[in-house]
Amino acid sequence: MEAITNHTKKPGGLKRNGFWFKMLQQKYLYLMSIPFVIWVFVFSYLPIWGWTMAFQKFRPARSFWDQDWVGFKHFVDLFSDDRFFLVMRNTLAMSFMSLVAGFTIPILFAVLLNELRNQMFKRFVQTVSYLPHFVSWVVVAGIVTKMLSIDGGVINDILLGLNLIDKPIQFMGEPHYFWSIVTASDVWKEMGWNTIIYLAAITGIDPEQYEAARVDGAGRWRQIWHITLPGVRTTISVLLIMSIGHLIQIGFEKQFLLGNPLVIDYSEVLDLYALNNGITQNRYSFGTAISIFNSVVSIILLFVANGIFKRVTKESIM
Amino acid sequence: MTRSPSKSKRFGTSMNDKLFDGTNVIVMCIVLIVTLYPFLNVLAISLNDSNDTVRGGLTIYPRAFTLKNYETIFAYQGLVTGFYISVLRTAVGTLLGLLSGSMLAFVLARTDFQARKFVSTFLALTMYVSGGIIPVYMLMRDLHLMNSFWVYILPGLVSAFNVFIIRSFIDGLPYALQESAKIDGANDFTIYWRVILPLCKPVLATIALFLAVGQWNSWFDTYLYNGSSPSLTTLQYELTKVLQSTTNSTDYRGKNITDLVTSVSPESIKMAITIVVSLPILVIYPFLQRYFVKGMTLGAVKS
Repeated sequence: MEAITNHTKKPGGLKRNGFWFKMLQQKYLYLMSIPFVIWVFVFSYLPIWGWTMAFQKFRPARSFWDQDWVGFKHFVDLFSDDRFFLVMRNTLAMSFMSLVAGFTIPILFAVLLNELRNQMFKRFVQTVSYLPHFVSWVVVAGIVTKMLSIDGGVINDILLGLNLIDKPIQFMGEPHYFWSIVTASDVWKEMGWNTIIYLAAITGIDPEQYEAARVDGAGRWRQIWHITLPGVRTTISVLLIMSIGHLIQIGFEKQFLLGNPLVIDYSEVLDLYALNNGITQNRYSFGTAISIFNSVVSIILLFVANGIFKRVTKESIM
Repeated sequence: MTRSPSKSKRFGTSMNDKLFDGTNVIVMCIVLIVTLYPFLNVLAISLNDSNDTVRGGLTIYPRAFTLKNYETIFAYQGLVTGFYISVLRTAVGTLLGLLSGSMLAFVLARTDFQARKFVSTFLALTMYVSGGIIPVYMLMRDLHLMNSFWVYILPGLVSAFNVFIIRSFIDGLPYALQESAKIDGANDFTIYWRVILPLCKPVLATIALFLAVGQWNSWFDTYLYNGSSPSLTTLQYELTKVLQSTTNSTDYRGKNITDLVTSVSPESIKMAITIVVSLPILVIYPFLQRYFVKGMTLGAVKS
């Protein structure tokens, strides 16, 4: 059947099963995807064209052809700026802290949730723990500031009540606390949400393993250590490797909203640095150079992460 | 496996188990308190008389109950506009996002589609490469999206992550459904609209929640692009202004609302706005729990 139709020609002169004929046949599929391809091109790919700004002395009023080209000047400026190294330190520190806390705590929480006997209670705790994920960082920043404030903040009240401190601590104004505050806020907001994946992995563990362990007299901790944790090991390693790719893309919302001029030396991260230079001070070219650095490092990290992942699992995540 | 534990050992284990369960419940209760207390505290302050709040010491219930704080904030035009814009962007953004996401997912789920590989890669790359904050800002300016409502909708309309979640759901549907519809003479768009879309309701509920939460909670695009047009500011942005007003009272954009804050008690106003901003989503999410848990799991497995 196929063989016969293959050689018959349509009135339009298009060969059946030929490229153009198939294209005509799939015209709706094309019509349904081409607009979005253009869309993605404009909003995701065109900004990469904007990277040319980093190599120009960019002046917004001029057209592309009238810009003065300056080569790598802005990159040289960037790498000789002391501020840049400060910003990198902040970015990596907060990224590393959130990586450590953001992994261990949700795993522990998921394991403990899984051990709860009362299913109603378990569901209730789960539902409540998802709550902070759904409020914005604006709200979380407001709440954190309120809880840590010197007049009526609950943390200071507790510390005072326990006689651990003599006078309230100005948490938000103390630069050295900033990284910890950001990390703790992050954990508070996303801890419950991040358990979803681990709980799904735990559900996949064969219950007979627990049965066998119980017969062998293994207590709860040993069951967790020898069955639950190995059962979620693959999930953990996949997520861990993927987050390496996002090591320096930690976002800036938290830092922007929780930060203030007092702690700026500890709160400024790469994106905020780009924003402050590029938009607030109109140094578009310099800001773009920062963005390029950010993107390029992320891509390298991603390839590294994917390379590790391939070695470990013989699969690719990209 | 056949060896049975001695009686004393079994007794010890069950004691340990009880101790474990007890400790676990206590830990969970602490988690509950740590999660809920801040919200209840905020709610209590927002419902408390602002002069009384200044005395401090409020915990989880209002001492002098009043709705005046809410009356005050809703009398402020900026907040009413903000509410309207937030609702509008959430509705439009979610609807268009669902439409674009499901349509692309449908196309990409068709293994016979010629350009499938190209479109799929083209889309997937956006998850890893981004132009960065300054180039995107310049693009929005060149496209005349500054001081426009559409800057909330257009840039994020196509999300690769959402497309791939929906596609993996469609992959799980029997392909025979599409084939039989085709034999009945339906074209690809009809198959998408009449056959696939209705079956995708569970995954679309998940994506709708993600999109709606993202739209509702977004404030930075307002700050960056629409901060100088009062008719386009969102609720989250208004809240940002109020919250930043004490730390940075010279913010020129926050002029009006800062006046409002200083005229009453800043604390009560802040907390009342926080509640107004958070409440809509907090009321909805527990009912969609089943869907987003499934969606997260699906997304994690596939990507």
